Amino acid sequence: MVVQIRGLSKVYASGATRVTAVDGIDLDVAQGEIFGLLGPNGAGKTTTISICTTRALPSGGEVVIAGINVVRHPSRARANLGVVPQYNTLDRSLTIFENLYYHCRYFGFSRAKARERSRELLAQFLLLERERAYPSELSGGLQQRVQIARAIAHRPSVLFLDEPSAGLDPQSRIAMWDAVRALRGEGITVVLTTHYMEEADVLCDRVAVVDKGKVLALDAPQQLKKTLGAATVVELRLRDVEAADQLLPLLHALSEVDSAERIEQGVRIFAKETEGLLAKVVLAAEPFGVRDLSIQEPSLETVFIRLTGRELRD
Amino acid sequence: MTESVIQAPAPASSIAPVSATPAPVRASALAAFIAMLQRDFRVLRRELAPFAVRILMQPLLFLFVFTYLMPRIGQGAGMVGGTNFATVLLPGLMAVAIMFTGISAVALPLSGEFGITREIDDRVMTPLPVFAVAVEKVCFSTFQSILGALLVIPLVYIIPSAPVHVHVSHWAMFVITLVLAGLVSGALGLAIGSNVQPRQIGLVFSIVVIPITFLGCVYYPWALLWHVRWLQILVLINPIVYISEGLRTALTPEIQHMPPLATLLGLLVSLGVLGTLGMRGFLRRVIS
Repeated sequence: MVVQIRGLSKVYASGATRVTAVDGIDLDVAQGEIFGLLGPNGAGKTTTISICTTRALPSGGEVVIAGINVVRHPSRARANLGVVPQYNTLDRSLTIFENLYYHCRYFGFSRAKARERSRELLAQFLLLERERAYPSELSGGLQQRVQIARAIAHRPSVLFLDEPSAGLDPQSRIAMWDAVRALRGEGITVVLTTHYMEEADVLCDRVAVVDKGKVLALDAPQQLKKTLGAATVVELRLRDVEAADQLLPLLHALSEVDSAERIEQGVRIFAKETEGLLAKVVLAAEPFGVRDLSIQEPSLETVFIRLTGRELRD
Repeated sequence: MTESVIQAPAPASSIAPVSATPAPVRASALAAFIAMLQRDFRVLRRELAPFAVRILMQPLLFLFVFTYLMPRIGQGAGMVGGTNFATVLLPGLMAVAIMFTGISAVALPLSGEFGITREIDDRVMTPLPVFAVAVEKVCFSTFQSILGALLVIPLVYIIPSAPVHVHVSHWAMFVITLVLAGLVSGALGLAIGSNVQPRQIGLVFSIVVIPITFLGCVYYPWALLWHVRWLQILVLINPIVYISEGLRTALTPEIQHMPPLATLLGLLVSLGVLGTLGMRGFLRRVIS
C-alpha cells in the first residue's frame, strides 16, 4: 500500500471551542489507484489531505506514504508526494517554464535534467506555447494544468489533488480528468477530494464517502451504488407536513418502495423500481397536499443520502 | 524510481540510515536551499531597476533637500556636532536603506504569499525543512540589504553641495555590521510578514517603520541625544540605532559613536528577538 492512514484525527482548538475535523480515519490506497474522498464541504477531506502532505499536524494517528511516516519525517516525505491544493500556489514572479524548472531544481535535479523535464512536461500538458507567460496571464483551467504538471515534475509516488475541479468550467474540468487519467500510465497514485459525485464516479477506482470526519463507506463507485444506492430517491414536499407520519405506512405498503422516511418538509422514498411508482405515490400523498416532487436516479449522490440523510450540497 | 531522480551525488559518509527509501536528506535539503537562492536571484535580476528605485528614492531626496537645497537657500542644517551634515547622514541613510530593503524584500512579499496567493506552498512543499524556507528568505534579504546600502554610497558623493569625508576605517566592523544589519532587517521583515495580516501591513508602516527610522539615530548620532536623556535610553530598543552607530564606527569614526561592542551586542540581541518572533510566526502560519 503506497498510502496508509491509521486512526487519523485532527481537533482544531481555538479558545474554548474545539472542532473535530477528522475523527478516526483509516485508509489504504494501492499503487496506481485513483482514489477519491467524497463528501460535503467541511467533511474533513481537506484536513486529511493537508496532514498527508505535511501541511497540518494530526492530533492522533499516523500517515505513511511510500514507506515514510509523514509526521515524523516531513521533508523526506515531501520528495515522494505531489500536491495540487485548492488555491493556486504557482510562483507569480516566474514564467510557466521557470515554475516547472525551479520546482525540479528544488527537488535536486541538475540544471540539464530540470530543463529537460520541464520541456517534457510542457509538451505533455500542451503548454509549450505558453512557456514564457506568467501565471496571471493564463486562464484558471490552464493554471490548474500547470499546477498538476508542477506537482508531478519530481516524479512523486502519490499525487494529492484537493478539489481539483473547483472553479473550473465544464470543459476545463473534462480536460483535467483526462490529464489525471493519463497519470495512471506513469504509475502515479492519485488521491483526490471532491464534493462532485460525478467526478468521483467518472474518475475514481475507489471512493471513500466521508462525512463529519469519518469514513462512512468505501468501495468502487459501481459497488457503492449497487450495495447502498440501488434505490431511486423520490422526495415529496407536502403542504400538510404535520400529518406526514401517517403517510409513511401507506408508502411502505407499496411493493416498489424499499423504505421511506420523514424529512423536514415531507417524506423521502427509496424505491427499488420506478415503473408505475410515481402515480401510486402521488395518489397516496394526495390527501396531504403534494407541493413538489423530485426524483434522483441511483448515483453516488443517492448513496450519500442513504448514508447521511443529507444531500452532498447542503 | 523516485529516489534515483532526486538522488544528488552525496559523499558516502552522509548517507542516511537504511530505511524504506534511502532518500538523500541532506543533499536534497541543501540542493533545495541553493535552488531557492538561485530562484530569488533570477527574480531580482529581472526586477533590478524597480529594486534600485525603491531603495534609492528616499536617500536621494533626503540628500537633495537637506544637503543640497537647504544650504543653497540659506537654511540651516549645515553642521552637526562640528561635522558636515552629509557626513553624519551617510551611515544613517545606509541603515535606513538596509531596514527598508529587509521589509520590502521579506515582509511585503511574505504577507501576500501567506494571504491571497498562498504562494508560500510552492517553497514549503519541497524537501527543505519549513524553518529553512524562512532562513533562506532572511539570507537572500541580507544580500539585498547589503546591495541596497552600498548603492547609497555614490549618492553621497554626487548630491551634497559640501564635500563629504568618508572612508572605511574599520573593515572588519564595516563587514560585520553590514551582515548583522542585513540579518536583523530580514528578521524584522519575517516577523512583520508572518505575524501581520495583509490588510494591516499599511498600518504597520505607520506604526513601526516610520517611527523606527526617524528615531533610529539616522539623522543624528546617538551620543548627541544626551540632551534628551529619556529618548536616548528609549531608542535603545530600536535596532536601527545599532545599525547606524555600527556603520558610523566603521565609516565616520571622527563622529561620536557607541562603543563597538555595545553596537554588536545590540545587533545580536535584536536578531535573536526578531528572529524568534519571525520564525515562530512563520511556522504557525505554514503548519496548522
